[in-house]
Amino acid sequence: MKHARLATEDSPWVKALILTAVLGFLALILVLPLVAIFVEALRKGLAAALAAIGDADAIAAIKLTLVTAAIAVPFNAAFGICAAWAIAKHQFRFKSVLITLIDLPFSVSPVVAGLIYVLVFGLQGWFGQWLLDHDIKIIFATPGIVLATLFVTFPFVARELIPLMQEQGVDEEEAAVSLGASGLRTFWSVTAPNIRWGLLYGVLLCNARAMGEFGAVSVVSGHIRGLTNTMPLHVEILYNEYNFVGAFAVAAVLCLLAVVTLAVKTALELAQPQARPVRH
Amino acid sequence: MITVHEIEKSFGRYPALNGVSLEIAEGELLALLGPSGSGKTTLLRVIAGLEFPEKGRVMFDDEDMTFAGAAQRGVGFVFQQYALFRHMTVARNIAFGLDVRKGRAKPGKAQIASRVEELLNLVELDGLGKRFPNQLSGGQRQRVALARALAVGPRVLLLDEPFGALDATVRKSLRKELRRIHDATGVTTIFVTHDQEEALDLADRVAILNLGVIEQVGAPQEVQDAPVSPFVCGFVGAANRFEGQVAGGRFRAGDVVLPAPGAADGAAVAFVRPHELTVAVNGAEGFAATARRVATQGPVLQVEAVTADGQAIEAAFARQGTEGLRAGAALKLAPLRAYVYPA
Repeated sequence: MKHARLATEDSPWVKALILTAVLGFLALILVLPLVAIFVEALRKGLAAALAAIGDADAIAAIKLTLVTAAIAVPFNAAFGICAAWAIAKHQFRFKSVLITLIDLPFSVSPVVAGLIYVLVFGLQGWFGQWLLDHDIKIIFATPGIVLATLFVTFPFVARELIPLMQEQGVDEEEAAVSLGASGLRTFWSVTAPNIRWGLLYGVLLCNARAMGEFGAVSVVSGHIRGLTNTMPLHVEILYNEYNFVGAFAVAAVLCLLAVVTLAVKTALELAQPQARPVRH
Repeated sequence: MITVHEIEKSFGRYPALNGVSLEIAEGELLALLGPSGSGKTTLLRVIAGLEFPEKGRVMFDDEDMTFAGAAQRGVGFVFQQYALFRHMTVARNIAFGLDVRKGRAKPGKAQIASRVEELLNLVELDGLGKRFPNQLSGGQRQRVALARALAVGPRVLLLDEPFGALDATVRKSLRKELRRIHDATGVTTIFVTHDQEEALDLADRVAILNLGVIEQVGAPQEVQDAPVSPFVCGFVGAANRFEGQVAGGRFRAGDVVLPAPGAADGAAVAFVRPHELTVAVNGAEGFAATARRVATQGPVLQVEAVTADGQAIEAAFARQGTEGLRAGAALKLAPLRAYVYPA
């Protein structure tokens, strides 16, 4: 028996056409380049690709990228929760200013973001002399890279949580407080579980950007091999030196890191099925 | 006993409560009734400790609770939209208020479990403890919210438009439930509603709010039969409203003449309830009107009439004795009583 067609359902032809268009577009824009990365990485065999990844400079770049993400992501997650909490659950003056500020990194070019830090902390910058006198290196060193990454990635968690928290309102928190729960208990027992999927998604986006950021990091890094090169920068250097296998091999590692984060997210979701929203 | 004294509270420039005083006796079921924007929900939230007044005091017995946080007050609060913890089972929702207690005040696991069972039984949701809120109907969710609020043994149960999100049938049955549960537990209860039928049907006493002040507090019958102000008279129950003059114990507004014994002469506003109008017989006092529309509703004949000078009047007659009445018929309306207030 044919199932009844819904009023909003299009004819099979339209459905097929739209689906083909979407899949074709995805294949062209997404799948093909991804495949190309792995094909190019393995062009001279697995051994050559592994050798490129095992290179001391490449390992240093991978380490630096992971360290940067490991600092930037928790920091921005904490900041994002605080900002979203303040904006969604409280009324105060200049709220819209705060929201605009949070969006700033999205609208400012990453290169500009990098330059800001060079201006402030660079040798010719405001604090340059002071930093030099105290032997503190920020620009062309790990702290600068972390700062630039923090700047570029800080809206992700807050942006994900603000609409979610606003939609949930304060009723549940008020209920918890009226039942005698402390502020901290209310946050852990009521707020945190309600925002965990939004938070996870925000953290994943934040992490992806933290590991992949090129522009801002490029300005403050100084491209010192084995010291201040992150993975994206290392990929560029290898590519410019016509070391295509090396470039694509490191790029493949970046891709795999992304796949791992997605897999972690899926696994977490499957582990707690009741937490997924049920629609009536 | 809960006492609120001279409470003032505003939101920005908008005053929500303008010096509200009210006493709620132990074990009483009180309704805060008023139109939207009357301040009734704000008053409830001030009592709960979810809002704090700029002036005035909130007392629970002899304890000054004006600035105590909600967590310190020992109240049970039920929200219009239930506000159940969506990631917790029904049982954990109900147990929450006991779970968050610390040290010696916290009951043991077995004790909490038996208390949850007891409450599930009270709200007639036995066996649903393992469900999640989104697996329940609206009426069931509100029962869970009620059980959760009662679990802590609150000094007062506060309900903010508890039936507002439910459909008419569920609303009616849950109303009866609330009365039953109140009678079974004896807990002092205050609920907010804009639905006068709900307030009059359910409450021991009704407090009627308008524009941030309490207009009248009294038993349902009292606020219906002896409204102290034009607002209460117009808000509680149906009423025809006229503006006119009192002279010598009679109110006149054009062709409409109403008895106003004891009312001072001068400009006045008068109300007549539709069911307190009758058809004058045997030359009794009254005023002439023409029936424009006649509709039967159960034992009642709803009549829309109009006087010669064009004033519309609604009347509700008993069907017995008025069988012959048709639209277009001339009537003589005899008011049994009118509520007259100086304008």
